[in-house]
Amino acid sequence: MDPEARQPILSLRGISKYFGGVHALENVDFEVYPQEIVALVGDNGAGKSTLIKIVAGVYQPTKGEIYFMDRPVEIHSPHDAQNLGIETVYQELALIETRDVPANFFLGREPVRGRLGIFVDRKKMVEDTVRTLKDLGIVLPHLRTLVRYLSGGQRQALAIGRVMPWGGKVIIMDEPTAALGVRESRKVLDLILQLKEKGCSVIVVSHNMRHVFNVADRIVVLRGGKKVGDKKKNETTPDEIVKLIVGAEML
Amino acid sequence: MEHPELSSQEERYVEPSFAVRLARNQLAALLFILFGMVMVLSLLTRTFLTANNIFNVLRAFSWIAIASFGQSIVIISGGIDLSSGSNMAFSGIITGMLLNSGYSITFSVILGLAVTLLVGFFNGIMVSKAKLPPFIATLGTMSIIRGFCYGMTEGWPIRSLPRGFLALGQTDIHFFLWRIPLPAILMVIFAILCFILLDRTKLGYHTYAVGGNEYAAGLAGINTGRVKNIAFTLSGLLAGIGGILMTARLGVAAPTAAQGYELDIIAAAVIGGISLTGGEGNVWGALIGAAIMQILRNALVLLGFPAYWQPAAIGAVIIGAVMIDMYRKRKV
Ligand SMILES: Nc1ncnc2c1ncn2[C@@H]1O[C@H](COP(=O)(O)OP(=O)(O)O)[C@@H](O)[C@H]1O
Ligand SMILES: [Mg+2]
Repeated sequence: MDPEARQPILSLRGISKYFGGVHALENVDFEVYPQEIVALVGDNGAGKSTLIKIVAGVYQPTKGEIYFMDRPVEIHSPHDAQNLGIETVYQELALIETRDVPANFFLGREPVRGRLGIFVDRKKMVEDTVRTLKDLGIVLPHLRTLVRYLSGGQRQALAIGRVMPWGGKVIIMDEPTAALGVRESRKVLDLILQLKEKGCSVIVVSHNMRHVFNVADRIVVLRGGKKVGDKKKNETTPDEIVKLIVGAEML
Repeated sequence: MEHPELSSQEERYVEPSFAVRLARNQLAALLFILFGMVMVLSLLTRTFLTANNIFNVLRAFSWIAIASFGQSIVIISGGIDLSSGSNMAFSGIITGMLLNSGYSITFSVILGLAVTLLVGFFNGIMVSKAKLPPFIATLGTMSIIRGFCYGMTEGWPIRSLPRGFLALGQTDIHFFLWRIPLPAILMVIFAILCFILLDRTKLGYHTYAVGGNEYAAGLAGINTGRVKNIAFTLSGLLAGIGGILMTARLGVAAPTAAQGYELDIIAAAVIGGISLTGGEGNVWGALIGAAIMQILRNALVLLGFPAYWQPAAIGAVIIGAVMIDMYRKRKV
C-alpha cells in the first residue's frame, strides 16, 4: 500500500513562524499521510517543537496554511486541535505536579456526570486511567500519588498514555523517549507502531537515529527553520540524514 | 467496586504506608495542632471550654474564614487577592448607605455583594486580560476601594442600621442544647460549597491545574483566563459576604473597618496548608487556619497576656506553620 497514492491527512503549506526577529520556521511544507509515521529531525533550535506547536494550536503561524483532510483549517487553540483529532505529547510533558495521576490523565477533558454537567465523574476517571495504563503496560505507583513524586520515566509514560484514549487521527510526540531507558524506549516505539496498525498517523520528534529508522516511514529534516530534507526511509540512510541535519558545508 | 482506586493497579503496587499517608495529609496535621491547642487550653484555663467562649471564638473568626475561602480559591489558582480587606469594608458601607436611604434589607445586601463581586471581576480582568501580576493588580484595588470607603462616607462611620440587618450577625440558631451563631453556620455552609466547587467540579479541577502549572493547563485546552476570572470574582463575593456579617455584628459600617484583614485572610489560608505557589490545598485548611489564629488570640487573652502581643504570636505561627508544611513536603 503506497501512502503517496492517497491524499495527506494533514498538510502544512508555506508555513513561517517569527518570534520577533527570530525566524523559527521559514516557508515549510509538511505533509502527513494516513497511517504514516513521520519522523521530524533536526538539531536543537531547528524549529521542530515550533512546527509541532503550530499543528497543536499552541502557536499561530505568521504565514502559511494548514489543511486537514483536504479542508483548510485554522487551529486557534489546543482545543481546536483536539477537536480535529490531533493529540500531542509535548516535549515539556505538560503535567500538573501538584495533582494526582487521574487528574493529569484527564487534564482539561474531565468526564462529567449528572444533569448539570459540572460535576467530575471521578469514578470513571479512575477506572479509565487504570484500564489504559494496564493496556499500555505502564507501571505507576498508587493513582493518588501526586505527579511531583513520579520519576522522569513515569511522567513520560503518563504524558504519552493520556493521549491514547481519545481516538486521535494524528498523534504528535515531541521527543517521547528523551527521559526513557532502553526497555521503556522500546515500549514507546512499539506503541507508535501499534498506533499505525490501528489507523493513526504519528509525527515523532527524536534525536536517536536508531529509533527513527526503526519506526518511521518518512523522515523530514529541519535546519535553521527550513525544510532541508524529506526522504522515504527505504530510500535513505542514517548517514545521509545526519548530513542533512548538520548541513553539508560542515563536513 | 467500592474503592476503584484500590483495585487492579494496587494489587501490584505498594501503597504508601499509613504513616506516610498521614504525614502527607496536611488536614490531619492541622487538626492535630488544633486539637492540641484545645487540650492545653482546657487544662490551663477554666473558661476556654465553655460553650459561651467557644461560640465567641467561632463568631469572631467566621468573617475572616469566609473571606479566606475566596482567597483560597484565588491562591489555589496561582494568584493572590490583597483587596479582600477593603472589599469587606466596602460591602458593609454600600449596604449601610442603602439601608439608611430606606432601601430594603434584601436589596441593600444584594447590591453590596454585587459591588464587591464586580470589584473581584475587575481584578480578574486585570490579571487575565491585561496580564498584570495579581499582587500589583489587587494592591491597586485594595487602595482604590479603601479610597471609595473613605470618600463615600467622608470618613464617618455609618450607624443606626436597622435591627433586621443586625440580626444577620447577631442571631443565634438553636441547635440541641446550644445556641450557635448564624455567621458560624454560614461559614460551615460556605466551606462545604467551596469544597464541592474545588474538589468535585470541572471548574475546580481546572482551578488546581491553572495554579499548579498554568502553561500545561493552557496546552491541555483549559481556558486559563476564564478560570482566574472566576476565582477573583468569587473572592470579591466571599469577602463581601464576610464584610456584611462583620458589619451586622459590629452594628456599624466604618470606612476603617477590616483594615489589614487581607493579611489575616491570607495567613489563614497559608497556615491551612494552601501553598502560595498555587495548585495545592483546600478550604478546610483555610477554615482550620482561621480557627487556629483566633484560638491563639483567645488563648493569649485568657492566659492574661496583654493584647498588644497578639501580632507577634500570630506572626510566629505563620512562619512555623509554613516551615512545617515545607518540611513535610520535602520529607515524604
Ligand atoms: N516562544 C518562543 N519565543 C521566542 N523564540 C522561540 C520561542 N519558541 C521557540 N523559539 C525559537 O525558535 C527556534 C526554534 O525552536 P524550537 O522549535 O524549540 O527548536 P527545536 O524543538 O527543534 O529544538 C529557536 O531559535 C528558539 O529559540
Ligand atoms: Mg524541541
